[in-house]
Amino acid sequence: MSAVFAPSTMITSTFAVRLRVRALGLAKVLFGTWLNGAITIICIALVGWLCWHAYVWAWRDAAFSGNSTQCRAAGGACWAFIRAKLAFTIYGVYPFEERWRAAIAMAIFAAMIGISFVPRFWHARLLAMWIVALALAFMLLRGGIAELEIVPMRNWSGMIVTIWLAVLSLAFSYPVGLALALGRTSELTLIRYLSIGWIETVRGVPLISILFVASIVFPLFMPEGLEVDNLVRAQVAFTAFGSAYLAEVFRAGLQAIPAGQYEAASALGLGYWRTMLLIVMPQALKLVIPPQVNTFIAIFKDTTLILVIGVFDFLGAIKAMLSDTDWLGFATEAYVFAAAIYFVICSGMSAYSKYLERELSPEKNR
Amino acid sequence: MPALPPEIIASNVADIVAPTPSMPRFHRSDPRTRRLIYQGAFFLVLLAAGFYFGSNAAANIARRGLELGFAFLGRTANFAIGETIISYSPADSYGRALLVGAANTLMVAIVGCVLTTVLGVALGILRLSTNPLLARLVGTYVELGRNIPLLLQLFFWYSLVTRLGGARDAWSPLPGVFVSNRGLRAPTIVANDAFAYALGALVLAIVLCVIVKRWAELRQAATGKRPPVLAVMLAVLGGLPILGGLASGGSLALDYPQLQGFNFTGGMALSPEFVALLTGLTLYTTAFVTEIVRTGIQAVPHGQWEASRALGLSSGRIMRLVILPQAMRVIIPPLTSQYLNLTKNSSLAVAIGYPDLISISGTVINQTGQALEVIFIFMAIYLAISLATSAGMNLLNNRLGLR
Amino acid sequence: MKIQRLVGACIASLVGLFQPALAGTTLDAIKQRGSLKCAVQGPSNPGFGVPDTQGRWQGFNVDFCRAIAIMIFGDGEKIQIAPLTTQTRFPALQSGEVDVLTNNTTFVLVRDTQLKFNFPAITFFDGQGIMVPKKLNVQSALKLDGATVCVQPGTTTELALTDFFRKHNMKFTPVVIQARDELTRAYAEGRCDALTSDATTLAAQRTTVSNPADHIILPERLSKEPLGLTVRHGDEELRDIVAWAFNTLVNAEEFGITKANVDEMLKGTDPQIRRLLGVDPGLGAALGVDEKYAYTIIKTLGNYGELYEKYLGEKSPLGIPRGLNNLYTNGGIMYVPPSR
Repeated sequence: MSAVFAPSTMITSTFAVRLRVRALGLAKVLFGTWLNGAITIICIALVGWLCWHAYVWAWRDAAFSGNSTQCRAAGGACWAFIRAKLAFTIYGVYPFEERWRAAIAMAIFAAMIGISFVPRFWHARLLAMWIVALALAFMLLRGGIAELEIVPMRNWSGMIVTIWLAVLSLAFSYPVGLALALGRTSELTLIRYLSIGWIETVRGVPLISILFVASIVFPLFMPEGLEVDNLVRAQVAFTAFGSAYLAEVFRAGLQAIPAGQYEAASALGLGYWRTMLLIVMPQALKLVIPPQVNTFIAIFKDTTLILVIGVFDFLGAIKAMLSDTDWLGFATEAYVFAAAIYFVICSGMSAYSKYLERELSPEKNR
Repeated sequence: MPALPPEIIASNVADIVAPTPSMPRFHRSDPRTRRLIYQGAFFLVLLAAGFYFGSNAAANIARRGLELGFAFLGRTANFAIGETIISYSPADSYGRALLVGAANTLMVAIVGCVLTTVLGVALGILRLSTNPLLARLVGTYVELGRNIPLLLQLFFWYSLVTRLGGARDAWSPLPGVFVSNRGLRAPTIVANDAFAYALGALVLAIVLCVIVKRWAELRQAATGKRPPVLAVMLAVLGGLPILGGLASGGSLALDYPQLQGFNFTGGMALSPEFVALLTGLTLYTTAFVTEIVRTGIQAVPHGQWEASRALGLSSGRIMRLVILPQAMRVIIPPLTSQYLNLTKNSSLAVAIGYPDLISISGTVINQTGQALEVIFIFMAIYLAISLATSAGMNLLNNRLGLR
Repeated sequence: MKIQRLVGACIASLVGLFQPALAGTTLDAIKQRGSLKCAVQGPSNPGFGVPDTQGRWQGFNVDFCRAIAIMIFGDGEKIQIAPLTTQTRFPALQSGEVDVLTNNTTFVLVRDTQLKFNFPAITFFDGQGIMVPKKLNVQSALKLDGATVCVQPGTTTELALTDFFRKHNMKFTPVVIQARDELTRAYAEGRCDALTSDATTLAAQRTTVSNPADHIILPERLSKEPLGLTVRHGDEELRDIVAWAFNTLVNAEEFGITKANVDEMLKGTDPQIRRLLGVDPGLGAALGVDEKYAYTIIKTLGNYGELYEKYLGEKSPLGIPRGLNNLYTNGGIMYVPPSR
């Protein structure tokens, strides 16, 4: 919440409000006029009513332990259900004895994501670390080396799949998106039109339809006998999807680079690729970091749609646990839990994007 | 050098490294030749990939014995659709069924876009309210709306709507209006003579209003004073249709919904699926639009406010006549992509049972097995809707742009 | 052709993501892979296939997959379960993403011919039914004129439902929701007057509403729904194995061989039982599997009747009576070819 009202996001007029608050006191702002007074009272009543009901349901009458009968008797939320199923939402149908592997993989991801959030560490070495980390996580999750039993991707599920899919989609979308953005701004006619066609087609249709294509049409184009896992196909769909959206973000960045930069680069005798890699890209990508993060948030939220093609992600695990005959009728708790998890992750990322916007804004460097 | 489109920045590079006259033609460092080689190579790779995947597809289609073609569209569908805005029965064809789906998608998309715009502009202004409590309340909504996946929000709204009472104990806030988990039922006006007269009078009233407004503008330009237009317009809009109705000598008849058997019949109906989908889509998209409107309003220089105030305009009119029209230029491009998002997101209807294009396509695929063709059809329809929306909004943007 | 092979090699070289290419038949591929891939109804289907809290798949259909895996590997754990939606299951089988559908697929003519599938065994005789809340006071499906009916898409139920109402000149409004749990919830909250599905599925769905006793399944059956195990055309060896894995389970019940007494039965003198359990060898060799296959299946899983009682029967949360699925000797129609 604090992120929304962090000083940097305070816009001029709210800033003026702040000054007034300081000068005239809170009461004046809240109750200065009849209209303001009425608005304030309505707002307080609404917030109070909502908070009270939330408190009664989620805390006062809630059951935090016990079985489903005890839960039902309590009358409020049944958090015991979530407690019993928590591990299942994380690991899903990943083999029980091998869960430690998934846990380590998750820890690697968490550490890498944590490191990547600090702009000070943005370096070519970080990219190398990510590649190593992804390879390590993949080997841990899938096994097949060093006595580790093979766990086919089919059995990856729960939160692991959600995170894996989100991270990998970004990792693949990034280079493809860059290539598409370069293609769209290229002077090579054929490549330009193909890029435009691809970007606009993908952006013009719903993600569900791309997932349908990936799960039903894509296998048709594979040679006979080559089996591509459902999760890999979902990844292909998300890469196609994410790269088209990222390409437009990158294009905005490319177009913001003044022509003088290109001219200066060619005056130095740099060719197209070196101009792009050394001069243009570093500036363009930095310009559009906040929209990149926003695109990532969008992709993360959209991973919920893979349920449609039968991949067992976090939301899929939530749905599977709802049909456990020992725990019936606690759908609200499960969905509230899922919403809370998504909210924490997404709003965390958007707060981070605002922090970056502040950190990287040209004004600060002046 | 052939003339390159000006929008291509990279062309600057090409200009700089243009060949010197001493270079022989078709030298490999000649940019033109190089461009040809690159494109040729790329084309060959593409062709090879296309050939490779194409031959796989041909082999797979032959092996699985799939029969491609659109002949199935004419066959009888044999399945029912819950709600349709164009007429449909199970005896109609698959083609018709898909058309019904497309119409339903358009319906929810159009209504959703209108509602989102109205709500988004209102909340965007409230977000900048001088009342910090109200501004923060709107801010909280924006955060919640943007950071929870739409699918979860749709589940939430759908379960809320279906938790209303059943048809037999429907809540009736107004006589003839019933709210239950079977949706919203309201009376409709029967199209009789009186209705026709009133409708004619309404059209007349609208024409009159346009004339009055024009006259008022001219008057304001001439005298500097604005005649009280609003009151006149409201009187005309309200009064004329009533007079028209009375003049016909008949009276308006209403078709009231009635509980019959399992459900209501008569009147107009909005299904719970439609209501839940519309609410979810609208509130989700509005959260984004609110922020867009806020940014747009803030992009208008503060001097505009001060200048308008100096002219003695009220703050409502400043917003409407000075700030919003200028903010529109900043608002419209991102708003367009939100409209597109809303339309595309309406495909999540499949999760809560609104018979949209994707949902009906799913059924058609299962009954006919013609997955490739159906997927092709619905992608083409979505693409057409998206391109039409973009084109329309670009037109609007050009009209609102500085000339 | 060279380029084609080159591109193919490039794609295939993305190792790890792809399974090794099939060599010969599906059965060879299964053996090479070391596990059998079965499809269940996703994300889960109470009684037939659900992951437990530890993430292990459990259920009636899952055990058929285990029985087939025992035939092939002698180990019921060498399986991979793919939860598929009703819309993705057929393309998944056609493309070889799974080897067998063990997800209650109805055996009908067009699926056999147009989709080119085989149905080696019918594991469950079902029929489409209609469930209504008791408080509606409806005793027959013929009284449902004007009702709103919840139905899942991508199944034969949508078609049978429309046919039934048209045949009896009645009107209805369908509410079509893809996810079964959401559909059940919509029905339970009163969005629909009735819910239609296969009668057993209805029984499973009934367990997930807050008060199962408040709902009844009407006597009419709108259709015949023989639910089978499904393989592709051309997989003759696999087809035989699937068929005899199932037949073994039923024949074991007929002979009275259970999980508990199978070791004792080994010592018996009944020639039929001795043959089935591989005491007198021959059947295993004929199928190309281990001679002890039937013994291992019954020892690990139990016979058909035991599986039924464990997952679906009257003492399970689903509480579905044996009905048609009883052995033909007990008044049902479960009659399978003899193992000899």
